[in-house]
Amino acid sequence: MAVVEQALHRALGLTDDELERIVRTLGREPNRNELAMYGAMWSEHCSYKSSKIHLRTLPSEGSAVLVGPGQDAGAVDVGDGVAVVFKMESHSHPSAIEPYQGAATGVGGIVRDIISMGARPVALMDPLMFGPLTDERNRWLLGGVVAGIGGYGNCIGVPTVGGEIHFAEPHSANPSINVMCVGIAPTQGLMTSASHIAHEGSSLVLFGASTGRDGIGGASVLASATLEDGSEGSRPSVQIGDPFAGKLLIEASLEMIEAGLLEGLQDLGAAGISCAVSESASRARMGADLDLDAVPLRERGLEAFEILTSESQERMLAVVAPERLADVRAVSEKWGLASAVIATLVPGDMLTIRHEGKIVAQLSASSLADDGPEYERPLAPDDVAETVDDPAFIPFEGDLHEALAAVLSSPNVASKRWVFEQYDSFVQGQTVAAARSDAAVIRVPGTLKGLALSSDGKGRFGHLDPYLGAAHAVAEAARNVAVTGARPLAITNCMNFGSPERPVVMWQFAEAIRGMRDACLALDTPVTGGNVSFYNESGDSAIWPTPVVGMLGLLEDYRLRVPTGFARAGLSICVLGETFAELGGSEFADVVLGVISGRPPALELERERALVDLLHEAASGDLLASAHDCSDGGLAVTLAEQAILSGHGFVVTVPGDLPPHVALFSESASRAVVAVAAERLEELGDMAAARGVPFAMVGETGGPRVVFDGLFETTVDELRDVYESAIPRLMGEDV
Amino acid sequence: MTSGIPRVGVITFPGSLDDRDALRAVETMGGEPVALWHADPDIHGVDAVILPGGFSYGDYLRTGAIARFARVMDGVRAFAERGGPVLGICNGFQVLCESGLLPGALIRNRSLRFVCREVHLRVETSQTPVTTDLTPGEVLDIPVKHGEGQYVGDVDELARLEGEGQVVFRYCAPDGTIDAAHNPNGSANGIAGVRNADGNVVGLMPHPEHAVDPDVGPTGGQSLFASLLTQALAGV
Repeated sequence: MAVVEQALHRALGLTDDELERIVRTLGREPNRNELAMYGAMWSEHCSYKSSKIHLRTLPSEGSAVLVGPGQDAGAVDVGDGVAVVFKMESHSHPSAIEPYQGAATGVGGIVRDIISMGARPVALMDPLMFGPLTDERNRWLLGGVVAGIGGYGNCIGVPTVGGEIHFAEPHSANPSINVMCVGIAPTQGLMTSASHIAHEGSSLVLFGASTGRDGIGGASVLASATLEDGSEGSRPSVQIGDPFAGKLLIEASLEMIEAGLLEGLQDLGAAGISCAVSESASRARMGADLDLDAVPLRERGLEAFEILTSESQERMLAVVAPERLADVRAVSEKWGLASAVIATLVPGDMLTIRHEGKIVAQLSASSLADDGPEYERPLAPDDVAETVDDPAFIPFEGDLHEALAAVLSSPNVASKRWVFEQYDSFVQGQTVAAARSDAAVIRVPGTLKGLALSSDGKGRFGHLDPYLGAAHAVAEAARNVAVTGARPLAITNCMNFGSPERPVVMWQFAEAIRGMRDACLALDTPVTGGNVSFYNESGDSAIWPTPVVGMLGLLEDYRLRVPTGFARAGLSICVLGETFAELGGSEFADVVLGVISGRPPALELERERALVDLLHEAASGDLLASAHDCSDGGLAVTLAEQAILSGHGFVVTVPGDLPPHVALFSESASRAVVAVAAERLEELGDMAAARGVPFAMVGETGGPRVVFDGLFETTVDELRDVYESAIPRLMGEDV
Repeated sequence: MTSGIPRVGVITFPGSLDDRDALRAVETMGGEPVALWHADPDIHGVDAVILPGGFSYGDYLRTGAIARFARVMDGVRAFAERGGPVLGICNGFQVLCESGLLPGALIRNRSLRFVCREVHLRVETSQTPVTTDLTPGEVLDIPVKHGEGQYVGDVDELARLEGEGQVVFRYCAPDGTIDAAHNPNGSANGIAGVRNADGNVVGLMPHPEHAVDPDVGPTGGQSLFASLLTQALAGV
């Protein structure tokens, strides 16, 4: 075997220390192929080497949790023998370079994670963050990413039912493209590493697309380093998606699973065959003999390391007992997919890889999959929040009506119709509510149950205080699920951060994990898995620390779902929770006052828990006609959205004695606006009192007018026009 | 035919997406759903055939351009020639146009973007198996979701279709007015669906199978399926 020149390991993203560690493990110098495999598998993206030590502190256990972190996706028991599998990931780096394919293959990848758990994908959500739309490149990125998500998701028959979009300058260089997929499986049919019962002599069958040069080094090169000028040169590291093959892969995989043909199933994502084969062998506590000549190739002349680390899309690896091989290949053929036995499980731990008849690599499967380095990187607090003023003390003498229009037309708040109308939300026929609801609601076929899904990130809050930013993200996600009437069950996450090699970023990360931990404990929503996306920075500009939370909630009866908009005229409008003078990091402060400063709103987790429980209890008793989370843009935007969605105006008297602009636009936590039939008002008031949730009847729904009594008035039509036209206008359309 | 419950076949091509939804809609509306497979030319004696939405064979070439060569299409063609009711939805409509079973063609939306939204459709004729229960001028609420739904034809062909009453549905405002603002894809004359000269083959871009269950969408598709089931049973 050839001795490797020193520079190669660095080109593959390995440090000198990591090379030494490899040499120790192997007892010799690695060759080029082995180095490429370690480079991919020990990359930040695959090994979580900087984040593991923090991620471990997150609560991951709960009575409903079937599968926690560390597998392809988490799984939760929702009763009736149904397991819900869900996971969030990022595809930010590829999307920054090639938005359509980057986003499309992100969808493909997360869907395969769900399939490999034995679940049918039933919903997709896309939390996205871009720079301001006043910049042409950001518009190009938004257009490309949305088209890519639609281009893939719409072609594989999985409804895209929600997500969220935020705009902030730090995302100009580094958009954050997250995607969440939810799947359903019979509890008994889950494919987990515990259920992997592979035997010596079992075959590893690669099926789906052939292997090409696309995506080589995706994990180690693109996802595990920062993007600098000239990163367009990395375009060959972006994979190309084939949604048609993705759809066939879903059907073929599920048919194999339902027929009980598989001992294990693994998707091929980051680090390609290296990862899938080593993990399959490692899970079975065995080694494998891998023959690269058996891998169907897209073109001739691929070198061994290219075949090993290619991230060509739409491939799966099945572990199959010899007597089932013919059946597995028949299913593959039925769906028009190529299949090939590329490896056999052998006793021991060694992965022996042959190419053109010769052994080209020989290494321990578990050392690749499980023995990666782990770092406790240095932390250094960021002092951003201590040097800036509280915007609640900035005098405001502007017009409240104009301020509401400005906030409603801010792209963070404005209607995302331009985006979500590019996604198929109807396919599969189970979508009760999609993007126009605080949480999407999907029926569980064959039951009355509904899954409530929300994704939330609070970048601006995280910038001012990463602990609070993360805690707010969890709280808001729980509230979004609860306003539909569901009980929050568990979360997945995607941690979007700058470079872990910078102590400030690592401190932000540690703080965010601490905030997420506290909130998840208080709200009883364990973390079942997720993804860390580091290196989202260019030059000296990093994105704001932005953990995005994907919340799963359960409605026992989907027919009791509470709509967001006002259900009808003549309802009493009530504010649950209390408003404080909290404008720090608010949309109003940013858009109207022009400052991103101060501290984010305080978060009393017991209050949040009480509100969430109250909303769930009230909805279960069919008490709420409408309910909407009060967050971005405060009370004014919450009420305006409920009117816009329904067409029913309102008359309200803003409660409390805060200055009007603070009362209308403060983003205090733990609040919701509900509408209730007058005759049930007292019942709701009693229920709120019993849980200690502040309760105020503030007005009534109905009519074409929107009246903030004593302050200003407008019409539903005017607000709708402002709200709906903002993003199309920025995207250059005639509106 | 004789059983009293019409059997409606739904074809699954590789890349079909709304096949399960169409089967479920048939069942919900009281028919017997029969799954048909693209590689099997036999349509198993069904009383009506639905070509569902999706992206058959990926539609990388031109929508429906490959599906027209699927073996099941031999069975569909023979069935259509015998006067059997055939309904193409979205991709199914595109396949029927490519197959020559329906006039015209569908190209990319004028916006060049995929569009998914609820639209209103005005019924233009009751002379098809899916509109027998409906009156011209009636307005239905049904979703669309497509990237290539702009119906086009040359001037003479469009004039002929209009003259011979082959336009079945048009996009419209909630009150039935036809205008550009309510046309989601730029289709000529607001055309959302057409029929063949004999009237037994119908294609439309909107998705009636997503509009039968009020819990998950509008209900404008119910009457289309009700008509289809009645006509299938009558052996049109």
